[in-house]
Amino acid sequence: MNLQVWAQSLIFGIFVGGLYGLAAVGLSLVFGVMKMLNVAHGELLMLGGYATFCFFSFYHIDPFLSLLPSAFILFLIGMGLYKGLFSPLAKLHEEVKIKNSLLIGFGLSLIFHNLAIRIWTADEKSVSVLYSGWGFSLFGLRFPFIRFAGLLLAMIVIFALHQFLTKTYFGKAIRATTENWESAALMGINIEKTSMVSFGLGAALAAMAGTIVSVGYAIYPAMGLGWTLKALIVVVLAGLGNIGGAFVAGVLLGAVESVSTLFVGPYMEVVGLVIFLLVLELRPQGLFGKIGE
Amino acid sequence: MLEIQKISVSYGDLQILWNISLNVEEKEIVGLIGPNGAGKTTTLRTITGLLRPSAGRIQFEGVPMENVPIHKRVELGISLIPEGRGLFPEMSTLENLELGAFTAKGRTCKDKTLEQVYELFPILKNRKKQSAGTMSGGEQQMLAIGRGLMSKPKLLLVDEPSWGLSPLLSKLIYEVIGQINHSGVTILLIEQNVRIALELANRAYVIENGRIVKQGDCRNMFDDQHIREAYLGTESA
Repeated sequence: MNLQVWAQSLIFGIFVGGLYGLAAVGLSLVFGVMKMLNVAHGELLMLGGYATFCFFSFYHIDPFLSLLPSAFILFLIGMGLYKGLFSPLAKLHEEVKIKNSLLIGFGLSLIFHNLAIRIWTADEKSVSVLYSGWGFSLFGLRFPFIRFAGLLLAMIVIFALHQFLTKTYFGKAIRATTENWESAALMGINIEKTSMVSFGLGAALAAMAGTIVSVGYAIYPAMGLGWTLKALIVVVLAGLGNIGGAFVAGVLLGAVESVSTLFVGPYMEVVGLVIFLLVLELRPQGLFGKIGE
Repeated sequence: MLEIQKISVSYGDLQILWNISLNVEEKEIVGLIGPNGAGKTTTLRTITGLLRPSAGRIQFEGVPMENVPIHKRVELGISLIPEGRGLFPEMSTLENLELGAFTAKGRTCKDKTLEQVYELFPILKNRKKQSAGTMSGGEQQMLAIGRGLMSKPKLLLVDEPSWGLSPLLSKLIYEVIGQINHSGVTILLIEQNVRIALELANRAYVIENGRIVKQGDCRNMFDDQHIREAYLGTESA
C-alpha cells in the first residue's frame, strides 16, 4: 500500500469527520442545557437533508443557499418537539429525565424514519448540482470541491456557534444554564425558553449537517441511527459540552475510520465503537474534558 | 416588604418547614439562625421560587408570589446569594457578573453597577478574565455577592456567606454586607456564626426542626437563656 492511498483516505476521512463534528455539537448543546439525550438527533439531520432536497428538486435552489432556510425549518420543528414532548420532563429528577428522554427520542426516530419512507420512499437520494464533479488536485491527491466546501461550512458554522455562545447575552445564558441551571434561574434567566431555543438550535445544527450530507453524500430514511451513533461517539470523545473539542474529535473519528477501511474494510465502524469504549474506560471525561465535570 | 404566612414545604414525602411565618421590613437586616438541617436554606429557596410551598403564602411588596416564576421574582427585586455560592465555574469573573445583570433592570445600568461592585471588591477587577472555578474561596464568595448585586435587588437573601472562609475574610464580607444595607438594600441572612449574625442584624428568627421557635430584637436575643446555651456557648448571665 503506498503513501498516496493513505493520504487520500485521510483526506476523505477529514471531510466526513467535519460533518461528524457538526452533527455532534447539536447533540452536545441539547444535552448540556437540558440533560436530555435526544436519540432522534440523526433523524433531524435526515429531515434537514430532505428539506434541502425538496428545495432543490421543486424550486431549484442551490443547496448551499437553502442551508439557512432548511436550518430554520428544523429550528421551528425542534422548538415544537421540545414544547410538545420534552418540556414536561424538565422538572423530573436527572436520572428519570434522561431515561424518559431516551424513550421519547426512540419513539420519534421510528416515527420520522417511517414518515420519510412514506413521503420520499426508501431509496437513496442525493442533490446533484452542476458543480458536483468539480475539484482540484494537489500532490496527486484529489480534493472534490463539494466535500471541501462542506468541511469549510462545518467549520464556519461551529465557529459562529462558538461566537454566539461566548459573545451574546443569550449565548451566555445557554452556557450558564448548562453549568448550573438553578443559579441561571436565580440570575433571571427563563430556563424554559432557553431550553426551547437550545433544542431548536440543536435541530438547526443537525439540519445544516444534513444539508451538507445531501450534497456530498446521500440521504435515505434509515440514515438517522447511524448519525446519532456517530454524534454520540464524538460527544463522548470530546467531553460533554465542549464545542470546539467536538469538531476536533469529529475530524479525528472520520480520519481514523477512513484510514482503518484500508485494513478492516467494511468493519471500520467497529473501530469507531472500540475507540468509544476505550475512551469511556480510560478517560471518561473525554479527550478534551476536564476531570470533575 | 416580604411577608411569609404559615408556609409548609416538603421534599417528596419529607416535610421540612412547618407553618413558618416571618416578615422583613424595608432597610432591615434580618437574621435566620438555627442548627444544620433546621430549614434555613429551604426557607430562602422557597422565597426565590426554587421550591414551592404546599401551604401558606408569600407576598413581596404586596404582590402574591404563588404564580410568579423564579426568573420574574429576580426582576421584581429578589436576589439570592446561594449556599456554596453557585457560581458558573467555567465562565470568567466578568461573565458571571454580566449574567447577574441578566434582567432588563440589571442590564440598563450594568456598567454603573459593575463599577460599584468593583469598588466593594477591587480584587474582582484584577480577576476579570479568570474563570470563577479557579479562584480562591474568598474571591469566589466576593464574586457571588457581587453577582447577586448586579440585578439591582431590593431584597438580598444571603445564605452563609462566611462558609469556608477565614475569620479575617468573614469580617470583610460582613463589613461589605453592612455597607450594602446602608446603600438601601434589605437583607435576609443565614449565618452559622450566631454571634456575628446577632451583631449585624436588627432582628432575628430562630428555626429549629422546621419551626420558628423564637423571634425578636437581636439585642434581646443575647440575653435569652436558650440562645446563650444552644448557640453562643455561654452560661446564663
